Amino acid sequence: MTTTASPPTRTVSPPPAQQRRGLGLRSFGRRGALAVVVVAWLGLWTALRGRATLEIGGAELTGFHEWLDRQRDSLAAQRDTNWLLQYGVGGISDGLNATVDFLRELISEPAFPRPFPEIGYLGVIGVFCLIAYAVAGLRSMLLVLVSLLAFGALGYWELSLDLLIVTLVAVTICVLIGLPLAIVMARSRKVDAVVTPALDLLQTLPSFAYLAPLALFFGIGPAAAVVTTALYAFPPVVRVAAHGIRHVAPTTVEASRSLGSTPWQQLRTVQLPMAKRTIVVGVNQTTMAALSMATIAALINGPGLGQPVAQALQSLDVGAAVVASLGIVIMAVMLDRVTTAASVRGELATRRGDSARLRRTALAVGVVSAGYLVYLSRTFSWAADVPESPDLGTPIADATSDASDWFIDTFRDSTQALKDGFSYGLLNPLQSVLADSPWFVSATALLAIAGIIAGRRAVVSTAICELVILGTGLWNEAMNTLTTTLVAAAFTMLIAIVVGVWMGRGRLVDTVVRPLLDTLQTLPPFVYLVPFVALFAASRFTAIVAAVAFAAPVAIKLVADGIRGVSPTTVEAARSAGSSSWQTITKVQLPMARGSVVLAANQGLLYVFSMVVIGGLVGGGGLGYLVVLGFRQAELFGKGLAAGIAITALAVMLDRIARYAVTRTGRT
Amino acid sequence: MSDHALSVRELWKIFGARADRVVGTADADLPRSELKERTGCVAAVKDVSFDVDKGEVFVVMGLSGSGKSTLVRCLTRLIEPTAGEIVIDGEDVRSMSTARLRELRRHHVAMVFQHFGLLPHRTVVDNVAYGLEIRGLGKAERHAKAAEYIDLVGLTGNEHSYPDQLSGGMQQRVGLARALAVNPTVMLFDEPFSALDPLIRRDMQNEVIRLHSEVGKTMVFITHDLSEALKLGDRILIMRDGELVQVGSPAEIVAQPADDYVRDFVSEVPRSHVLTLRWVMRDPLPDDSLEGPVMPADRVVRDAAREALDSEHPVRVHDGDMFLGIVDDDAILRVVVAEEGAA
Amino acid sequence: MTAAAVAGSLLVACGEGDIEEADVPDTAAGDDGEAVECDEFDIAINPWVGYEASAHVVGHVAETQLGCDVEYKNLAEEVAWQGFGSGEVDVVIENWGHEDLKQTYIEEQGTAQEAGSTGNEGVIGWYVPPWMAEEYPDITDWQNLNEYSDLFQTSESGDKGQLLDGDPGFVTNDEALVENLDLDYEVVYAGSEAALIQAFRRAEENREPLLGYFYDPQWFMSEVPLVKVDLPPYEEGCDADPEAVDCDYPLYDLDKIVATEFAESGSPAYDLVEAFNWTNEDQNVVAAYIAQDGMSPDEAAATWVEDNPDKVEEWLS
Repeated sequence: MTTTASPPTRTVSPPPAQQRRGLGLRSFGRRGALAVVVVAWLGLWTALRGRATLEIGGAELTGFHEWLDRQRDSLAAQRDTNWLLQYGVGGISDGLNATVDFLRELISEPAFPRPFPEIGYLGVIGVFCLIAYAVAGLRSMLLVLVSLLAFGALGYWELSLDLLIVTLVAVTICVLIGLPLAIVMARSRKVDAVVTPALDLLQTLPSFAYLAPLALFFGIGPAAAVVTTALYAFPPVVRVAAHGIRHVAPTTVEASRSLGSTPWQQLRTVQLPMAKRTIVVGVNQTTMAALSMATIAALINGPGLGQPVAQALQSLDVGAAVVASLGIVIMAVMLDRVTTAASVRGELATRRGDSARLRRTALAVGVVSAGYLVYLSRTFSWAADVPESPDLGTPIADATSDASDWFIDTFRDSTQALKDGFSYGLLNPLQSVLADSPWFVSATALLAIAGIIAGRRAVVSTAICELVILGTGLWNEAMNTLTTTLVAAAFTMLIAIVVGVWMGRGRLVDTVVRPLLDTLQTLPPFVYLVPFVALFAASRFTAIVAAVAFAAPVAIKLVADGIRGVSPTTVEAARSAGSSSWQTITKVQLPMARGSVVLAANQGLLYVFSMVVIGGLVGGGGLGYLVVLGFRQAELFGKGLAAGIAITALAVMLDRIARYAVTRTGRT
Repeated sequence: MSDHALSVRELWKIFGARADRVVGTADADLPRSELKERTGCVAAVKDVSFDVDKGEVFVVMGLSGSGKSTLVRCLTRLIEPTAGEIVIDGEDVRSMSTARLRELRRHHVAMVFQHFGLLPHRTVVDNVAYGLEIRGLGKAERHAKAAEYIDLVGLTGNEHSYPDQLSGGMQQRVGLARALAVNPTVMLFDEPFSALDPLIRRDMQNEVIRLHSEVGKTMVFITHDLSEALKLGDRILIMRDGELVQVGSPAEIVAQPADDYVRDFVSEVPRSHVLTLRWVMRDPLPDDSLEGPVMPADRVVRDAAREALDSEHPVRVHDGDMFLGIVDDDAILRVVVAEEGAA
Repeated sequence: MTAAAVAGSLLVACGEGDIEEADVPDTAAGDDGEAVECDEFDIAINPWVGYEASAHVVGHVAETQLGCDVEYKNLAEEVAWQGFGSGEVDVVIENWGHEDLKQTYIEEQGTAQEAGSTGNEGVIGWYVPPWMAEEYPDITDWQNLNEYSDLFQTSESGDKGQLLDGDPGFVTNDEALVENLDLDYEVVYAGSEAALIQAFRRAEENREPLLGYFYDPQWFMSEVPLVKVDLPPYEEGCDADPEAVDCDYPLYDLDKIVATEFAESGSPAYDLVEAFNWTNEDQNVVAAYIAQDGMSPDEAAATWVEDNPDKVEEWLS
């Protein structure tokens, strides 16, 4: 029996050399086309500069802006007659206010006629430690204890608890609505296709743009603050949870189906538990997003630590702003670690073989102690009141103020030169080309560039976004904003790759840098506005620096994780082939971490866009300033909202171009 | 029909947007690649029919991409077939309602998977009890039952381990116990051992043989490994490109390959381990002695060789009381020696 | 358990101080014995320090002398006015013009009403740091501004001089002014009061040229006394058409706005608000306590109230 069966026909891949040449040609063609577009653009810019730029004056309104104003006015007029507004929005608002007020009187503010909340200082510490121990274990309990003591020592006990309450209520709402939505999204492509753009909108539409009307309908105070916070914090939990559920190992789901499980059983026993860690990551991201809204919520009297931050900035008190922000950072770390620990506690205990009886005993002791502390805090004012000392807030505030002053004094001259060089050399020319070209020239050029680097689908997305921007009547401002965001995004990625690679390749670097990044990420961006303005004056450059400072930590972490995730075997192989470090990085690690780098770019971009409005507060101008203007001046509300919509359109446009460019140049 | 545990008639599975418009047209007869080019559809299973007897171990064998895994998933409609008929325990599976289908999966047919499909967040006992939980059995009851099956597959002592704390072989024992625990009439195995090391794979095969002899379930076993097929299968179905190539007992397949494809497949099989006397016997010639030892027709050559060669007379092959033919030393040696040569 | 130990030791350390429920304050402590008790008093805090100073002085007096339960709510102007209708805001203590809001909330909705002047005079205008006024004395006349426009060039204003505008909350005519007065300047938006102050502070310290929008009363004036540039004098109606403005900003008589409901409640806090009146210097003192000396607003208010018993007495009588 020697017959050789004919092997199944295989598709013969073309020889590598040929393939490479083909690719090279194509990418040369692409580069050539890009060069042609840019040269043509520059030519038209020189010839037609300053014409048809669609610039509009500060107080000038378009029909669309006025229409938005009228919508707001007519809604406001119906506030007391329209049943949906009255009972729907009113009901939600009352419910939220009642919930928050109840919780505040329980733990943070005097429950009249008592001079203290129902549960005072020691009682709160006891109860929170007990909860932390029960759901997350001993280490979490210690973390909670230290955090609570820190809130008191920083001088912000009540406001910290207020922030905790608002955050938890908002996050609870996000999870209650978001999780079911994520489940539906994970199972249905159609729902996914509808929900994803809505989430994009929520994440990129600046909350300043709808803050005032929100306060109009939900009233001033907790309810509006909770709703604002929840709206902004909503997307991450939905996106991440849907992703987690969608990517549960299909074999396991199939195994469950093969045993005759119903869809609900599959969800409950397989998909949710297996996606639990991812879901918790999503919940944590939502929590972080909620905390980052603290300062903005304070502008409509949202209770919490955002208030002292906002107030300190009015008097340029960097020290006080930092102390309050530190409270927010501690809150972020505490919530993040405790929820993470809580999500694995049960399984970990079983794996370690922890004694259930010991735990029950500990819990019983905990309940009794916490109960005793609650009793004390209800009976004696020394137990209900926050101790005056130690006072960490004042020394930290003083030290930061001094450090900030020193920093500003020392670096001011060099930063000024840096800003000027950067603005004259890069920013002004770029902005001039984008914004001073006739709108149809810029629009066409952007379409062409999108087509060349990202293909036909990107052209469609870009065209739609351009139409939206034109519709908002703010083309010129949008081009100004596009300039600053493009530059900020580019710098964010540059920093992300340099620092990310550095971190990804060295454990020690990672250990040192990562907590710093965590802090930067949770610090309210308002805090570094004052020192930045002092260093760089009110300018677009300052806005760019602020955006980079805010966006870089996320991007850096993603790149670092990607580099770390590259298979060590491949790196070893590269080294054994005699690659230098540079070669290993550029030829192996970065290309293999491509997915993470792309994700970093995407997230970096979104973060940069979420800083456009903040940039408007420090001289960034453009759409960001208009959004703030719309919030502060009733008659400019429509224009501000239009600017918000234009920001969203810009963000979506860049995001889609980047995404399609990646899928296109992706696999060979 | 009722003596078959499972019957499949003219089963088709075509993947693609307009899959249901292919069966019954001329396109259906096209080779896979052309069909794909013309309609964008992929024919994973093409017109397959077979029966599985009660208590039989029925092996479906083929290379990867031959459609065998799709076929086995079609049986309980984990993948919805495009056309054809499936009857399990006398009931038409394709016409079942969703609820009835769930009943079938819960009580009659259980499956073991290549990558185990265990729940990583549950302990062994909760994994094994999973099918019972799905049925709605109370905790105490299902744990007691699970313990039985954990014992049966030899995992006692590991009840409270998590899957990732077990070796691959042990994990698949959990998968096996989980399938057994629902006490199904038919068990489906989708390449259950191909992810395991060779030694462990052999242990697990023996385990299946042992379990089969102990619990006597009907088994449909998917594999790409011919020796596994020959070792376990009462009968073997060979698939290529979605089509049935040959069905038969191991000896039949080895002795009479249906075409070059199968012949090439079985060319390196140790024939003495597979061929039974039925396949090497011949009718007695007038001068043959009929005083040799009597042996059943389904005894494999290897097991018969020593006694046959020791005997002066050719072996008489019987099926029950019926005399079928004789096997002489030459016939035995042809099988055994040819193999030596091949090795 | 750790907490329990702490509690135990504390218990030993101090075994007194039972919590007593507050007596429900029945009437105002004033000697003429008001009939209506004060109860809750919600003061909006608009986002600038001078406002905070006024609000906390009024709030401090209401709390200590009238027994009110004062609540401060941090709100932007527009949002604060919305609160009149819903009972969430009783008073906006320092209002800068805002004819549009008055139109909506006083004329149309009737949820708010005026409660008289604060005595503060609001000045809006263009300012330069003191060193510039010294070095270029004629710069304070708008007609000379074009001669100096080179000085004010920045990366943000290109080849024109930069006129730095600040907080988006204030109505500004600056774009129109630059246009109508034929000035070779470009308006650049700093975006916030903080950014504006920081820019002026820096300009004075480093003797850098800066021309910007600013206003008084403002605590920063006591740190760096900015010098006002004289624009063509304001005449009644010269700012009627926002596109055609070619004159200086009017003097603002800063006034108090209260919720109609609050005004009619007979609360002693309303009488206090109505009587409240002080000077720009008064406000700047309190604002400087807050912004420069780092006092909490309430401390600052308490300090001033202690130093000025006669003024406070006047408000209460």
